[in-house]
Amino acid sequence: MELMKLGQDKTCITVLGILAAVTFVIPLCNWIFPADSALHFSAYTVSVLGKYLTFALLGLSLDLVWGYCGILALGHGAFFALGGYAMGMYLMRQIGTRGVYSNASLPDFMVFLNWKELPWYWFGFDHFGFAMLMVVLVPGALAFVFGYLAFRSRVTGVYLSIITQALTYALMLAFFRNEMGFGGNNGLTDFKDILGFNIQSEAVRSMLLMLSGIALIIAFMVCRWLVNTKLGRVVTAIRDQESRVRFLGYRVEMFKLWIFVFAAMIAGVAGALYVPQVGIINPSEFSPLNSLEIVVWVAIGGRNTLYGAIIGAVLVNYSKTVLTGLMPELWLFMLGAAFVVVTVFLPDGLVGLLRRRLQEQHA
Amino acid sequence: MKVNSLKTDFLLHAFFLLVFSFGVHAGDNSTAQQPLLDALHNLQQGAIKEREQAIEQLSEIQSERSLPILRALLDGKLFTLKSDNQLVIGEDNHHGYDISDAVSGLELDSIARSDATKINLTNNLRVSLRKTIGQLELNAQDPAIRLAAVKAMGGDDDENALALLHKRATVEKDDNVKQAIDIVFLLKDMNSSDKALRIQAIDKLKERNSIDVVNRLNVIVEKDENGNYLETDSDVRNLAKVALVKINSRLQFYSTIETVFFGLSLGAVLVLAAIGLAITFGVMGVINMAHGELMMLGAYTTYVMQQLMPNHLGVSLFLSIPAAFVISGLAGIIIERGIIRFLYGRPLETLLATFGVSLVLQQSVRSIFSPLNRSVATPEWMSGSWQINDFLSLTWNRFYILVFCLLVFFVLLQILKYTRLGLEVRAVAQNRNMAKAMGIPTDRVDAMTFGLGSGIAGVAGVALSQITNVGPNLGQAYIVDSFMVVVFGGVGNLLGTLVAGFSLGIANKFLEPFAGAVLAKILVLIFIILFIQKRPRGLFPQKGRAADS
Repeated sequence: MELMKLGQDKTCITVLGILAAVTFVIPLCNWIFPADSALHFSAYTVSVLGKYLTFALLGLSLDLVWGYCGILALGHGAFFALGGYAMGMYLMRQIGTRGVYSNASLPDFMVFLNWKELPWYWFGFDHFGFAMLMVVLVPGALAFVFGYLAFRSRVTGVYLSIITQALTYALMLAFFRNEMGFGGNNGLTDFKDILGFNIQSEAVRSMLLMLSGIALIIAFMVCRWLVNTKLGRVVTAIRDQESRVRFLGYRVEMFKLWIFVFAAMIAGVAGALYVPQVGIINPSEFSPLNSLEIVVWVAIGGRNTLYGAIIGAVLVNYSKTVLTGLMPELWLFMLGAAFVVVTVFLPDGLVGLLRRRLQEQHA
Repeated sequence: MKVNSLKTDFLLHAFFLLVFSFGVHAGDNSTAQQPLLDALHNLQQGAIKEREQAIEQLSEIQSERSLPILRALLDGKLFTLKSDNQLVIGEDNHHGYDISDAVSGLELDSIARSDATKINLTNNLRVSLRKTIGQLELNAQDPAIRLAAVKAMGGDDDENALALLHKRATVEKDDNVKQAIDIVFLLKDMNSSDKALRIQAIDKLKERNSIDVVNRLNVIVEKDENGNYLETDSDVRNLAKVALVKINSRLQFYSTIETVFFGLSLGAVLVLAAIGLAITFGVMGVINMAHGELMMLGAYTTYVMQQLMPNHLGVSLFLSIPAAFVISGLAGIIIERGIIRFLYGRPLETLLATFGVSLVLQQSVRSIFSPLNRSVATPEWMSGSWQINDFLSLTWNRFYILVFCLLVFFVLLQILKYTRLGLEVRAVAQNRNMAKAMGIPTDRVDAMTFGLGSGIAGVAGVALSQITNVGPNLGQAYIVDSFMVVVFGGVGNLLGTLVAGFSLGIANKFLEPFAGAVLAKILVLIFIILFIQKRPRGLFPQKGRAADS
């Protein structure tokens, strides 16, 4: 039933089609054609595209929380970073004796800090399965605790946004400290391989691109299904008129909490896919500016439409790559102006703008 | 004719007398200078014995140049110019020396290293030089120099030094110096073999606030490597323990006062930063994420003012305050009229839009000035600290900022209570629609409120420029803290912000010794997150029917 609805939504099909193309065709090309062929995509392009896809996944999760539930989470980047750190810890353990200090059990930065043994929270991260579990559980647990405390005391609106920002800021300060055991301000880096494969090789990069694409497609379809269920509709109602939904008898806190935790887990997965492709995770991922950038992706793309988040994320990050290459000072101007223009003139984002144009044409 | 010539005669005589007396006086000056010049001559050219005598002569002459010359000699900064044998004091400036004439103190042109020879000392000369300098310093005009000299002399066990101190004690008028001399003697008594004297010394010393005393008492109760007490008599030991307890409790007390002071000053900065935010949020319900950048604008205004008036630091600082208020206020009004007005009723969007503005402001400052920090100098009356006693010293700049914050708060309170604008602002904050119905132009009030809040942010920036680095990222450092103060204090009234700001500042400072600055900040943030669970609207929330919207 739901799939048929999918068939009727043209934009959705287009977006899925493009995603599928990127996800499968590019790695295929890289596999078939030799390195100097015109159809072969460079390792750099593959990594960058993969990065865009993980950002799109992150934007998708924020759209779920903001566009559909109305919670402006200014600290969503924290969940992304936590997932990233979990993956980073697994990759650090995989380095083994190939690090600078050739210590089989301790990562380089711990040897550098004169630590004698691995702290308890690093145990288990040499198993892929455990690490993957942590990628989803840690952000989820944080979201659960934070959300439970916040939603239960009916903190809403601007106050909630501010304290989510405070949360990510506090985490950033904490992870910058060397004593925490997560690499301090250098973060975790210098990864060698993942699941036994060399992380720098072309094949692995293409693989990661494919995985990111697949994750995005799956998440997109799941979210789409979710917002059309009763849960999704209640959540949308909460966004519009919270008190009324409460008086109708729904336990608003539970709904909000559920969506918040789910979105946090998706963000964690996005982080875990991001880290192998860029090769580093450091505490600046926790910075409030990063979380605010996610909001601008979703705002520009168009909130309340899941593909809007994907489009916005890719578009904004592409512009960032281009502009920071051409004229670095211009980027922040453009970003700031984008914030202002989008909030004042384009509350529905680019997708909304296109829709209106198409409607005007048809009418 | 005759009368005129008499007058002229008289005048001529008077004139000559005057000239003559000048000449005599000039001669007097030169005769007064002569011993100084002789001594200096011996210093330069004499043998070791003669140099020693010269040093003594310099100390006996009551010249105000003696002390600087002798100090320069001890520090190895006294030189003879090869060209004309002039005696100069020189400071090393990496390619040569910056010199000044030893006798007159006038600055001269810099010279290269090869143009002068240092006047050297032997170890014996050094010892006697130190003594002489100590003596001179002990009798100097400035009590601060005398105090330093007493403390330095108290460290030696030199009989001569003690004799000098005795002599000085009889004529000393300054209380601090007298007390310092007392402490020196009492500490000496504690080393004597007479037990009664030791007990008496400890008894008197326990009333004094001095680190030296604490250290000395600690030595008494310490054990050496074999486990034996260094002080063999147990009566004395017990008395010392009691004295230590007393002094330590006093130390604790002063230390607490110091922490409270630093907490208050940190709180004052937070209050200044947050109060503009509280006003705009209370009246309009918008959170201005560009608030930090408005503070940065105020700080940069101070910098620009200083560039315009480099020689009048104090005046430029005072002028920066209204200038920053106007500039940031105007910026705020422009933001409000240009952007926020269109986002009425959508607080989350306003948050995002103002964030965009903050990015634009940051980047423009980076492009106009430079991405690096700019240095803003502190005027002299604001630097240094007030040393109340050995245990407590308060820095002046923080003190003045505290006073400044209270002043600004007071002025703001008056504006809100007694001016037309204040009345309208309060009315719109309590019930916007009713205010509109009463004829208050809410659009204009919005713009003015935003301008007022932004202006105060600018003024906060002026204060911040005195205690922190001025750079494009100044705003980012304080924005999260400002939010915390607003969230914690609520937006009901200004007093809430004041209380919240000061309590957060003090809490931060008290946690710091236990947890370190970063962890203290994290703990405060977590505390606020938890506090919000209990009181979602802060300490002093807005009351009334319209408050819930």
